[in-house]
Amino acid sequence: MARWTVREILADMLPVLVVLTLVELGSGLVLDTLQETLLQYPSLLVLVPVTIGMAGNLGAIMASRLSTATHLGLLSFEPTDETLAGNAIATVALAATLFPVVGTSAWAVQSVVGQTALPVATVVFVATLCGGILAVLSVVVSVAATYVAFRVGADPDDVVLPVVTNTCDVLGVLVLFAVVRLFV
Amino acid sequence: MSIRQTALEAYREALPVVALSAVGGLFAGVVLGGMEAELAAVPGLLLLVPALLATRGNVYGSLGARLASALHQGLIDPRFDFADRRTRAAVAAAIANGVLVSCFAATAGFALLSALGRDHATLATLLGIALIAGTVSGILLTIAVVVVVFLGYRRGLNPDTLAGPVVTTTGDVVGIATMLAAARIVLVLGGG
Repeated sequence: MARWTVREILADMLPVLVVLTLVELGSGLVLDTLQETLLQYPSLLVLVPVTIGMAGNLGAIMASRLSTATHLGLLSFEPTDETLAGNAIATVALAATLFPVVGTSAWAVQSVVGQTALPVATVVFVATLCGGILAVLSVVVSVAATYVAFRVGADPDDVVLPVVTNTCDVLGVLVLFAVVRLFV
Repeated sequence: MSIRQTALEAYREALPVVALSAVGGLFAGVVLGGMEAELAAVPGLLLLVPALLATRGNVYGSLGARLASALHQGLIDPRFDFADRRTRAAVAAAIANGVLVSCFAATAGFALLSALGRDHATLATLLGIALIAGTVSGILLTIAVVVVVFLGYRRGLNPDTLAGPVVTTTGDVVGIATMLAAARIVLVLGGG
């Protein structure tokens, strides 16, 4: 059961937020260090916030649905659970539909406002591969986080969503750069 | 419901919102690209960008999820009069969390850069930007979250599907825009 006074919400959330902020500062350092690579390929720079945002979104939807299902007592952590398996499939399908469009759009936006150093096919390929990897990772992360919160009796709304979104943020940066390093 | 039905329903519900948030993300990217001058004038601001953006998503995403679960459980009513004790506490706690954590990020980022001997702006400059951006974005995002979750629920949509992406979308755009505005204000006031 969620706790509903200002003091209780702060006590529940602040420690988590402080830890996550330190993690994000670490990913800020990584971005800072890789700034030159990004500036060399402006279409990939435009892709960065979208990729991170989409990864976070997919994880957030999955986690939010799993949280509500646990609140209502409707979730069993089995691969055959309808909520679990259905949402996992939907997450991967969403990524498969949207990331090719995201790649095309990032390339198009960049070619309108500036120069594009990469062909559209490369940008679409990078976006789609990142999306596929991130969809699978966001399913794993959201199921694991909800399960841990459920086991230790924490309110999944307070704990799971921040953990999932931040993990997907960091994974978004790391996956994008791994794909860029390997294929561009 | 079968797995196939659940998947189809989840896909259909989420697709428009996630697509919309992709548009928001692209827009945020363009705004960030336009911040080149401010990022150069305030060394250390770039380091803070992921932390400040994530804080917006975390705090107001949690607010959205909390309100969504409470609506499902019948703990709160989707009304805008703020007479509801729980809604009021959730909103006040979210804004307090957002401002406190933004200021913590500025302080920790400053300490990190100092320790590593990297170029950085003064603590007052970074704190000032975090405070202004945290407060203004907090008010704007609270309005966005409460309106979307309550209106969506009233129209029979699942607030769980709405809350996350709406927050991430508006959070990124509002987060970067308020950071840009705050950086300009602090630079005009003589920070750097």
